[in-house]
Amino acid sequence: MAETKSHIGTQNKKGQTYTDPWKMMNEAPRKPSFYTGSEVIKEAIRRASCDVMIAYPITPQSEAAALIGELFAEGYIGDYFRGESEFAVMSQCAGAAFGGARVFTTTAGPGTMRAMENFPMWAGARLPIQMIVTCRGINSPLSIQPDTLEIAYLLNTGMLVWHAETAQDFFDWILKGYMVSEEPDVHLPLALCCDGFFVTHTKDVVNLTPTEMCLPPYDPYRSPVPCMDMECPPVRMMRDPFVMKSNYISYATHASWQQEVWAAVERSRKHTIHWLDGLIDTENADAEVMIVASGTAVSQGREAIRLLEDEGVRCGLVKVKSLRPWPGEEIREATKNAKHIFVPEFNVTGWLAKEIKATIPNSERVHAGPHVCGGMTMPPEIIVSEIKTALGLRSESLAGRGS
Amino acid sequence: MTQYRVLPGPEHFLPPAAASMGIYLPNPGEAHINGVIVPEEKAYEEAARQFLSAQVPTIFPGPLVLWAWNEKAAKKAAAVRSLFETLKECVQPGQKPMLIPMPDYRPKYPKINPEVEINPNHPNLTIWHNKIDCCMFIGVHCHQANLSLKIIRGGTSCYTVAMCAQAGHEDAMLSFRDATVEKILKLGEWIRKLKGTVKPRLAAAKTGASN
Repeated sequence: MAETKSHIGTQNKKGQTYTDPWKMMNEAPRKPSFYTGSEVIKEAIRRASCDVMIAYPITPQSEAAALIGELFAEGYIGDYFRGESEFAVMSQCAGAAFGGARVFTTTAGPGTMRAMENFPMWAGARLPIQMIVTCRGINSPLSIQPDTLEIAYLLNTGMLVWHAETAQDFFDWILKGYMVSEEPDVHLPLALCCDGFFVTHTKDVVNLTPTEMCLPPYDPYRSPVPCMDMECPPVRMMRDPFVMKSNYISYATHASWQQEVWAAVERSRKHTIHWLDGLIDTENADAEVMIVASGTAVSQGREAIRLLEDEGVRCGLVKVKSLRPWPGEEIREATKNAKHIFVPEFNVTGWLAKEIKATIPNSERVHAGPHVCGGMTMPPEIIVSEIKTALGLRSESLAGRGS
Repeated sequence: MTQYRVLPGPEHFLPPAAASMGIYLPNPGEAHINGVIVPEEKAYEEAARQFLSAQVPTIFPGPLVLWAWNEKAAKKAAAVRSLFETLKECVQPGQKPMLIPMPDYRPKYPKINPEVEINPNHPNLTIWHNKIDCCMFIGVHCHQANLSLKIIRGGTSCYTVAMCAQAGHEDAMLSFRDATVEKILKLGEWIRKLKGTVKPRLAAAKTGASN
């Protein structure tokens, strides 16, 4: 509707060329680089044409916020500042996005929890903010170690939620994430999660797109709600709109508003499949024993499959890339031949296993585990042990490791 | 493949969003009728038929075309006016075409005047009051359009059409996408082409006001 013009082929003030995103991500030459996950976040944002990054860099979970401050100093970010708390940061992100900016932030663990009120607000206001969540423990006594429990709290906020396995996923999905979440029929915030430390602090070879290419800028005139209209919801939140009224019409409007947010999550399915090449990846999908996992539990599951192969046990793998939209149909199809489905997780409650049990027929096939939490690692051997025990095979106890 | 179809209501106390029932938006060059993807050409014909058979066919232009905030919006507004004039020329005696604006999205409390405007938070009031049995949204921001379309489907029997400049609307019974001046005028051409061939539903017919 707006008088939009294509920026493709033109240059920004840093001399980067606004490039067709599909060509940039899928056809441009890639340069192998040896980076930590935090450095990879910085490199993705260098190419993301971000207008605003707001940071609360107390967390030791990731250096990303500080590194993006360097990007601001270099001139790659329009504006950058520190909030007074995580709650303040997320509120300020909303303000920037209401104003039509492409916004980026990071958080982890207790910071995610402290800022939680903002996330359904972002979704309800249809703000396509991208938030990196480098997951860590959230409960007392506090921990700075990896633990994915906070993802469970994000699943019903109305945000898109993706769970990266590797630093390569992280680099690609940060850039692709903006393409999905800024679609006018989606236009929702994205929580791009990874398992802190395992991804953020370890170095890996990541294939980067050329520095001289960047995403085209965000176009706020494609937004499904008016940009920065102080007279109307969602910007005008308290006076007149629904919260202050007690009648059927205001309730029905609010209910429809909520439904529209979740309708937008559903609409993101098509775009997510397009950009991520599916909501899941599968290996050996015809196997009778399957591991279904997300995040770094996928890597551990993959290694467990290799160990099991050595012992003559064939096992398949489902890597869940997107948690919202939820790949229910894909998981049903990928596990239709499985007699046993194992769900290794880095959290105490097993939220992924619960989601899978609610998705597939004959949910007694799901073995919710193994679980580790509080920063524990998950040796592939404990996945192997869990599977062998369930199959009635002899398995060495790992309880004495390190003694 | 979903069995759900987007049909005139009243559907439910709180009807579901069509997207959550498995209805997908059309791709460029396509439209949807009742949630089924069709070639755009078929949608022009069906939309024209619905307009010509309605007792009170109504166009609801929203702020994106009502305000001349850029040249394209002004041209679209002229096209909407042309479509309305065409509609008036092509209907039969007893039919009452209307053009009712949605100038903004502020909730109109304590009372909206449904004679002169429609509001996305309580669009059913305007439908009921004016006995509108077929309407088309154009120039309404997508979020607000979907709110309106779903509330109308929930509580009225009005047939809804969306002429969307973006990706379209599953919550309408018929939706175009990527609306341009040319597409608006083309719908007018289809109305002219079908003039006199469609029997209107007149007085005894069920209208949006009946529920």
